[in-house]
Amino acid sequence: LATDVAALARWRGRREAFDAAESGRRQEMLDAASTRIRRQILSTIKGAGLGHVGGDLSVTDILVTLFEGVLRIDPAHPDWPLRDRFILSKGHCAAALYSVLAECGCFSPDRLAHFAAPLSPLNGHPNRRKVPGVETNTGPLGHGLPVGVGCATAARIRAEDWRTFVVLGDGELQEGSNWEAAMYAGQRRLGNLTAVVDRNRLQQGASTADTNDLEPLADKWQAFGWEPHIVDGHSHAELLDVLSRAPGDRPRAVIANTVKGKGVSFMENGVEWHHKVPNATQYEAAMKELAS
Amino acid sequence: VSKEDSSAGFDCRVAFADELAALAKADPRVVAVCNDSVGSSNLGGFRQAFPGRLINVGIAEQNMVGVAAGLANGGLRPFVCAAAPFLTGRALEQIKADIAYSGFPVVLCGMSPGMAYGELGPTHHSIEDLAWMRAIADLAVIVPADPAETRAAMRWALAANRPCFMRIGRTKVPAVSPEDQAFELGRSVVLRRGADVTIVAIGTMVSRALDAAERLAQRGVEARVINAASVKPLDEATILAAARETRGIVTVEEAVVQGGLGSAVAELVSQTHPTPMRIIGVNGFAPTGSASYLFEHFGLTAANIAERAQDLLRTH
Repeated sequence: LATDVAALARWRGRREAFDAAESGRRQEMLDAASTRIRRQILSTIKGAGLGHVGGDLSVTDILVTLFEGVLRIDPAHPDWPLRDRFILSKGHCAAALYSVLAECGCFSPDRLAHFAAPLSPLNGHPNRRKVPGVETNTGPLGHGLPVGVGCATAARIRAEDWRTFVVLGDGELQEGSNWEAAMYAGQRRLGNLTAVVDRNRLQQGASTADTNDLEPLADKWQAFGWEPHIVDGHSHAELLDVLSRAPGDRPRAVIANTVKGKGVSFMENGVEWHHKVPNATQYEAAMKELAS
Repeated sequence: VSKEDSSAGFDCRVAFADELAALAKADPRVVAVCNDSVGSSNLGGFRQAFPGRLINVGIAEQNMVGVAAGLANGGLRPFVCAAAPFLTGRALEQIKADIAYSGFPVVLCGMSPGMAYGELGPTHHSIEDLAWMRAIADLAVIVPADPAETRAAMRWALAANRPCFMRIGRTKVPAVSPEDQAFELGRSVVLRRGADVTIVAIGTMVSRALDAAERLAQRGVEARVINAASVKPLDEATILAAARETRGIVTVEEAVVQGGLGSAVAELVSQTHPTPMRIIGVNGFAPTGSASYLFEHFGLTAANIAERAQDLLRTH
């Protein structure tokens, strides 16, 4: 996959306009981007006949805020050593990540039609060796945060100012490896690391509360030496505020309260939409809702 | 810690620590990652010389391997130093997904492998590691036989810029490598020529294979001895030449007989040039005993290697 010059130019234009814009205009820009991405996710999943639509739609506003307003990246140079690192630990939401990466020109948006097709670089889970902008291969849960801790440690050793952002699912926090990583990051006060929890309260087969309840979640991060923040994960303003704050002296855990399937009424909070694929009628209804 | 090993020979961890410090001095990207294993990995000197470049994550192997991947992403060259059973067993999925599949240049150093921990028992023995590591695509698997080969393999690994697992032996071994022998992935070293039978060995078993060849020579049998330190990829040309030019192959390794060196050789020759084989290694969980006692118990001795070679020649 190669840089898409036109998409990249559009993204650069948006970032410049975003930086110059006032707060109200910024919200409009991010809202518009989120709608574009949600529509792209639905068509990508519809085309492939597979995907994790519920989690893709819950994480969309987090991804959009990061890629459209926060991350210091240059999609034309995905290996730029001083780029911010973004890791999607919940790698099953690859369709959302690919949609955002294509939107900023890491590769052509046309390639999204090949999601999960035979021999496509766009595998069901992201592969850094094939997709520019992917920092590490994820898929099995509980892998992203340790890698992010390693990135943040590397920046500190090299005395560089780039930051690391890891987006985790909430169900994923049941994996013990996250807490190994959290304990070490807290001990080392890795202020250049931010974890965002897509807190949609549903895992594959049930609610998190009925499986292994995560609450009190903010207290857990606090106890591990992190600086917890609870935000509305669909409020670009709240996300932007916390994600663009200068690094502090502790790693930051942003618990972003979200709705699984956000934006499509009949998918919202439905556990069955974890990886159900919309049929033609459902697809049309969903696209109609997202157009309004 | 198991009883002091008072036998003669070299603990490869000493050469390892020395070489790691030398590599770190020459290359600022080199860092060490460990799991509360500063002592057992012999990293005390490294910590003194490069305090900011020793990342001790605590007793947390999954995080340790993930952190190594992230350090590599950030432009560093991590050597992960941890007891082989916990590195490979506890963090197996991280090794697969974060290191090998992601393609990060991380050198995974399995310390005190095999049955080096003797009396501490099967929980602390790393005899499954070769089968586990060998099954993971894009991961080189290296078992150096002595201090010189350990150093050469480390230098190669840093330059190779790719995912790699290597055993770093604790059980004392004599020097077996030819002077100034470079390490090359996919290349084995023929340590003794012979046309009757071939013994392919790795790590602690290389010196025993040479001893077995000596015993066989006294009985008129000329054994070829190959040090196959590059377990994956295997040196196919050298192994196939042995299959063609001698009457059979005996493999010997301080690892389970499923999935390790013996399996690798069998996979190759059975499909290309079938030849009689004997696979010597560990069968089942070990009883209580020191490393040297367990070598006797499982027949990882020169006498048994020679015996099995003669048995092969008698029956084929």
